[in-house]
Amino acid sequence: MLNCQAVGNGSGLKESWKWPCTGSMNHLLQRSPTPGPWTSISLWPVRNRAAQQEVSTSSVGTFPKRVKIVEVGPRDGLQNEKNIIPTPMKIKLIDMLSEAGLPVIEATSFVSPKWVPQMADHAEVMKGIQKFPGISYPVLTPNFKGFQAAVAAGAKEVAVFGAASELFSKRNINCSIDESVRRFDEILKAARAASIPVRGYVSCVLGCPYEGKISPAKVAEVAKKMYSVGCYEISLGDTIGVGTPGTMKDMLSAVMHEVPVAALAVHCHDTYGQALANTLMALQMGVSVVDSSVAGLGGCPYAHGASGNLATEDLVYMLAGLGVHTGVNLQKLLEAGAFICQALNRRTSSKVAQATCKL
Amino acid sequence: MGNVPSAVKHCLSYQQLLREHLWIGDSVAGAFEPAQESSQPSGLPEYVKIVEVGPRDGLQNEKIIVPTDIKIEFINQLSQTGLPVIEVTSFVSSRWIPQVAAGATEISVFGAASEPFSRKNINCAIEESMEKFEEVVKSARHMNIPTRGYVSCALGCPYEGNITPQKVTEVSKRLYGMGCYEISLGDTIGVGTPGSMKRMLESVMKEIPPRALAVHCHDTYGQALANILTALQMGINVVDSAVSGLGGCPYAKGASGNVATEDLIYMLNGLGVKTGVNLYKVMEAGDFICKAVNKTTNSKVAQASFNA
Repeated sequence: MLNCQAVGNGSGLKESWKWPCTGSMNHLLQRSPTPGPWTSISLWPVRNRAAQQEVSTSSVGTFPKRVKIVEVGPRDGLQNEKNIIPTPMKIKLIDMLSEAGLPVIEATSFVSPKWVPQMADHAEVMKGIQKFPGISYPVLTPNFKGFQAAVAAGAKEVAVFGAASELFSKRNINCSIDESVRRFDEILKAARAASIPVRGYVSCVLGCPYEGKISPAKVAEVAKKMYSVGCYEISLGDTIGVGTPGTMKDMLSAVMHEVPVAALAVHCHDTYGQALANTLMALQMGVSVVDSSVAGLGGCPYAHGASGNLATEDLVYMLAGLGVHTGVNLQKLLEAGAFICQALNRRTSSKVAQATCKL
Repeated sequence: MGNVPSAVKHCLSYQQLLREHLWIGDSVAGAFEPAQESSQPSGLPEYVKIVEVGPRDGLQNEKIIVPTDIKIEFINQLSQTGLPVIEVTSFVSSRWIPQVAAGATEISVFGAASEPFSRKNINCAIEESMEKFEEVVKSARHMNIPTRGYVSCALGCPYEGNITPQKVTEVSKRLYGMGCYEISLGDTIGVGTPGSMKRMLESVMKEIPPRALAVHCHDTYGQALANILTALQMGINVVDSAVSGLGGCPYAKGASGNVATEDLIYMLNGLGVKTGVNLYKVMEAGDFICKAVNKTTNSKVAQASFNA
C-alpha cells in the first residue's frame, strides 16, 4: 500500500533534501553582479525580468515596485527579549544587517536604563557600529533628554512614539496623546534646527490591549498631528497584532485622507499570525515602507508566550516572490538571524529560516 | 484497478455536502471574541468552506503515532466545532474501493503537477496516474460517492523547482473532467507567494469555475495566509487547513507544514467572512491533540490565547 501524500522514500527523499535546504541555497538565490545595499535579489522561483517588473492591474491589486524595509530587530526586537545581549554582539548584529543591505536599521533607544535595561548601552552601540553609506540608523528618543543624548552620540535620525489609544498612551508613556504630541513638538523643533529627520510611530492602530477597538478616525487624527508637527514618515503599528486585512484596509483608508501614502509605513506584529497578510493588504493600498524584525525578534509583552514582530526574512521572501525590489540579500539576512538567535539562545521565529537553516 | 492508492475519506458532514446550500451553517454562538469586524473588502466571498485536514494530512506527518482512541476523541471534538468538512482517511489500494466504499462517504485522488514528484510519490507518471484515477472515479460515481481531486506541487516542486501554471491547469482540468467535484490546489512545499498564487489561479480559472476550486497552502515559508488572502480576492471560497497547523514538511526538516485552522478562522472572522466555525472550540480541539502528541501548537492564535 502506498501513501499518496507521503514523502518519497529511499533515494527520492535524499534527493529532495538537496533543495530547498541550506546546502543548495543557490537554487533559491540568484544575486545580480552589482554589489551594494540596493543589489537586486531574485528569489526562487527565478523569474524573467519582465515578470519581476510587473505591476498587476487585476482586481487583486497593484504593488509598489520598490519597498523600503525598516529593520527594527536591534531595537524593537531586542528590547522585548529577556536575555541581555552584550554590546559587542549588538554591534555585530547591526553590522551584519548592514551587510545584508537593509536600507534602514533602527539601532537603539535613548530611553532610561531604568525602564529598558536592554538599551542601557545606547551610546556605545551608536559609537561602535559601522555606518554604511546609504543606510540610515535611526534611534528612538522618547523625550528631549533622550534626543540630546542621541545627537551627542552621533545619531543622524530619530524616532518618536505616539499612540492612537489614550489608555495606552497614559500607561506606556505616562501622559495623554495631546501631551505626548506637545512633547514631540519640542524634539521636532530641535531636530529641524539640527537637520535631523524624525520618524513618528503610532501604536495600537488596529487595537489596544486596554481599550480594545480603536477607530480608524482616531488613528487618522493622531497620524495627521504627528505629520503636521514635522515627522517625515508615520509608522502605523498593530502593536498587539490583532488586526486582519479588513481592519488594516479600513484604517489605512482613513489615514490616507490625511497623510500622503508615500509618508506611511506599516509595523505589523505577528501575534495572531496575521502580519504578512496585513502587510500584503497595505502594499495593495500603496504603502511602500514596511517595518520588520530579523528572526521575528521580540515577543509580545501583552500575551505571554506569543510572538511579536513580523520576521524580516519572511517579508523579504514574499516581496522577492512578488518581484518587488528591496535591495536585501536574503542569505546574509539569514546569517544575521542565525547569529542573534544563537546569542539569545532562542529559536528563530522566521519560517523561512526554519525551512532553510534548520533552526 | 492497478495499485494507485486513493484516499478513502470519511466525511463526517457528507449529508451537508449533498445539500445544495452547504454554507448556511450554524452561526458562531458563544465563540471566541472575533477580531473587530470590518466592512467586508469588496471582492471577498461571503462564506468560506474550511476543509479540515488535521486528522489526515496533519497527523500523518507527525512523528508520534497517535493511538486510535485519541484520534477518535480528536475527530469528535472537531465535529463539535461547526467545521463543515473533516478529512479522516485510510489509505487503501484502489482494488478495495468497492468493499471500503460500503462505509465511505467520499474519496480523494491525489495527482501532481510535477512528473518527478508523481513518479517518486506514487511510482507512476502523471498520465498513468490519471488513467488509473479515471477508473477509480468511475467506480465511485456508480456508488454515488463524490471524489475530490488534489493537485500537489501547484506552486513548486521539491525535485523540479518551478512549475508552470499551464501544467497545473492541465492536470486540474483532467481531474475535473473525469468527475472530481472539487480540485484542491496544493502548495505542497509552501514556496508560493501571492504573485505565483495569482498567476496559477488565473490560468486554472480559465478552465475550471472558481466554485469547484480549493487552495491547500503550506506555511513552510510563512506565506500561507497571504497566499490564501490572494486566492479569496480572486474568488476562491474553499480553503484547506489543519488545526494547530499539524504536520511538518517532509522536505524541509524542522519546517512547519499546514496553515493553522485557528489562524485562518481568525483572519476570516476579522474580514467578516462567514465560516460557521466556532474558533474557541477549534482551539480546544487543537490544545487536546497537541498535548496528546506532545508538541507545541503551530497556531499563533492559540499561542497568544492560551498563554495570555
